[in-house]
Amino acid sequence: MSQENGVGKAVVYVKLKDGVLDPQGSTIKRALEDMGYQGIKDIRFGKMFEITFQKDGKGKPEELIDELCRKLLTNPVIEKYNFEIVQ
Amino acid sequence: MKFGVVVFPGSNCDYDAYMVAKNVVHRQVEFLWHQETSLHDCDCVILPGGFSYGDYLRTGAIARFSPIMKRVMEFAREGGLVAGICNGFQILLEAGLLPGAMLRNTSLRFICKFVRVRVENENTPFTRKCKTGQVLKIPIAHTDGNYFIPEEGLNQLKENDQIVFRYCDEKGDITPPANPNGSLYNIAGICNRTKNVLGMMPHPERASEVILGSEDGKYIFQSIVDFFSQGR
Repeated sequence: MSQENGVGKAVVYVKLKDGVLDPQGSTIKRALEDMGYQGIKDIRFGKMFEITFQKDGKGKPEELIDELCRKLLTNPVIEKYNFEIVQ
Repeated sequence: MKFGVVVFPGSNCDYDAYMVAKNVVHRQVEFLWHQETSLHDCDCVILPGGFSYGDYLRTGAIARFSPIMKRVMEFAREGGLVAGICNGFQILLEAGLLPGAMLRNTSLRFICKFVRVRVENENTPFTRKCKTGQVLKIPIAHTDGNYFIPEEGLNQLKENDQIVFRYCDEKGDITPPANPNGSLYNIAGICNRTKNVLGMMPHPERASEVILGSEDGKYIFQSIVDFFSQGR
């Protein structure tokens, strides 16, 4: 099997946009402070997706993953994302 | 007129909405399965509360791609009445039929209790039997009801009179303690620009009979009925 037609893998990271209230992040930060960790400035809660896909040798994997992010994996009103193709 | 109540896998307020339509405001009503692509000539579509698709990914994110939603979106664009309650509201946000998004409640808790909401706009098909300023006692039951919209969007909601309900205290004052979930501007319900699509977090179908502790929710159903019987 050629490299073009093999299996690809991408990792997508999703987090709330800056300025959007993150109740989970701030609660986790408070818990850490209660545990004695006083140097934590900020925590933003996020999600990670590992996507394994079949390379068809035609379209760029970056375009496919970006499309998945825009259409379903994220809500552009509140979230932003970045991803890397790892395989 | 005929109501249609969409049933997604995980909907759990579908029967409540059905019962209010049938036995409280005495209109025809039909369940619409999420795999369908027809609305069966329903005049008002209700997207009920619940946990469609287990709330996986984001609330409403997967239900929004159900076959029936394509038709619901066309129907809404044609001017048909669509009311999303709780999870239904979340689905409408994900579908882009209403602006904004839901965040986790600031308390991170599932909150199930009666709240008060003030009617901000009586000039919608869903509130025409109410008076602007009227206080309704209706319960909420959600974890993700913390409404968010960027500032520009909030300004547009205000300019176009799209804010329909705001959380208030018993006297009708909009205060921070009366806000159960952290919603921006105490927003509990909004409509689209053309006023034919409503989203609200409180559950009117759970408060339409005296035995349930309040019948204020009936105003919403009666308004819809009135919209069709009295002419637009």
